[in-house]
Amino acid sequence: MRILIVGGGMGGTILANNLARRLKNEVRQGKAQITMLSASEQHMYQPGLLYVCVGRMMPDELYREQASLLEPEIEFHVDPVEEFHLDQNSVKTKSGKTYSYDSLVIATGSRPAAETVPGLAENSVNCYTEENALEMLRQVRDFKGGKVGIVVGVPHKCPMIPLEVTFVLHDYFKEKGIADKTEFHYTYPIGRLHSLEPVAKWAQGEFAKMGIKTKTLFNMKEVDGKGKVVHSEESETVDYDLLVSVPPHKGMEVIEKNKLGAGGFIPTDRLSLKMEGRDNVYIIGDTTNLPISKAGSTAHFEAEAVAENLAALIKLGEPVREYDGKVFCFIEAGRDRATYAMFDYNHPPAPKAPNKAVHWFKMAYNQLYWASARGLL
Amino acid sequence: MSERKTIDARGTYCPGPLMELIANLKLIDVGDELEVLSTDKGSASDIPEWIDKVGHEMVSSTEEGGVWHIVVRKTK
Repeated sequence: MRILIVGGGMGGTILANNLARRLKNEVRQGKAQITMLSASEQHMYQPGLLYVCVGRMMPDELYREQASLLEPEIEFHVDPVEEFHLDQNSVKTKSGKTYSYDSLVIATGSRPAAETVPGLAENSVNCYTEENALEMLRQVRDFKGGKVGIVVGVPHKCPMIPLEVTFVLHDYFKEKGIADKTEFHYTYPIGRLHSLEPVAKWAQGEFAKMGIKTKTLFNMKEVDGKGKVVHSEESETVDYDLLVSVPPHKGMEVIEKNKLGAGGFIPTDRLSLKMEGRDNVYIIGDTTNLPISKAGSTAHFEAEAVAENLAALIKLGEPVREYDGKVFCFIEAGRDRATYAMFDYNHPPAPKAPNKAVHWFKMAYNQLYWASARGLL
Repeated sequence: MSERKTIDARGTYCPGPLMELIANLKLIDVGDELEVLSTDKGSASDIPEWIDKVGHEMVSSTEEGGVWHIVVRKTK
């Protein structure tokens, strides 16, 4: 069986390595072939950007050579896919090559799309790319006090970022000695402070202690950079001196260009993770249209489920499990405290109070990630 | 002819039914409908509240066996 993985982010990498371990013998015997096509020779640990934007990590700490993360059984090419020909079981790449497959996994991810809200890209900072995180560092370093607006678009990658960036910035300004001159205005798209109800209740208490003002049911419509005000779909406004955004996200352009899914998100079965209407195409990570968190852990758990099933198809002729909707998210609650939320389709989250131990575990995970990507954790 | 798309948000907690609705409204045409399936009883009140606030149209809201079927129409 020829397995083709399109995308070398967290989901694609964990899937490829997990498969390679399960199919060592089959690859050696020529019964299985694992190929990965990626747009980049570098692999970035994206959650680290939260620390880059306040100077606690340097950008070069976030990268590894993609080839160095992959098991030797995996054929790896830096050659992004430009055309998907699903009826012919093949893809065409930027270099002009055609790759045929028996099973295809699409794990191309999502991208911040600040340009979809008028005025947002030009007038706000965010921590979603290296360039943006460094610009945010420059602006927060130069900030002398005033109103900090936090605005959140949907959908967005990493559901904890709106809270985390607020806590981390709050502590940054406190350490800088300008907390008394700084006023936070946190907004959120739905009627509470976070999509997870227990997290929202906890954040409410934390924000009250920190003096952070909040406005819920706030969905950005446009940003007036001259007037320094954000207008919402709900006809509300938020003034700012420094605007920190969680931009709305889209799937990758190649998905939209190939008409695989609106907004770049591909219709996916919530249990089998197969593309709707296709028996040999699997979708994982941010690329799915599933109404679950766009998070690294989601991609990780989905990758494990698909890897087990693809290996089982080769070894037993049938899949062995379904994806259960599992998500795990750390929640950084400032400079030295953290907690986490874990949930699946059948079990709601019940986060505990933040503590130092979870924060230090998150710090350790920032390094352990590379073991995770290699499929070891 | 308007189209109806369904979001199966049963048993999902994050981003949750309302946020999924807000995200998906951006991807459909004016006049088309979205049906949200939710096991969160809060959806029966928070979705109509938001729809009313931004000026889209509530088409229906029914409950069957613990699952709320909420249909809205994009108006602008």
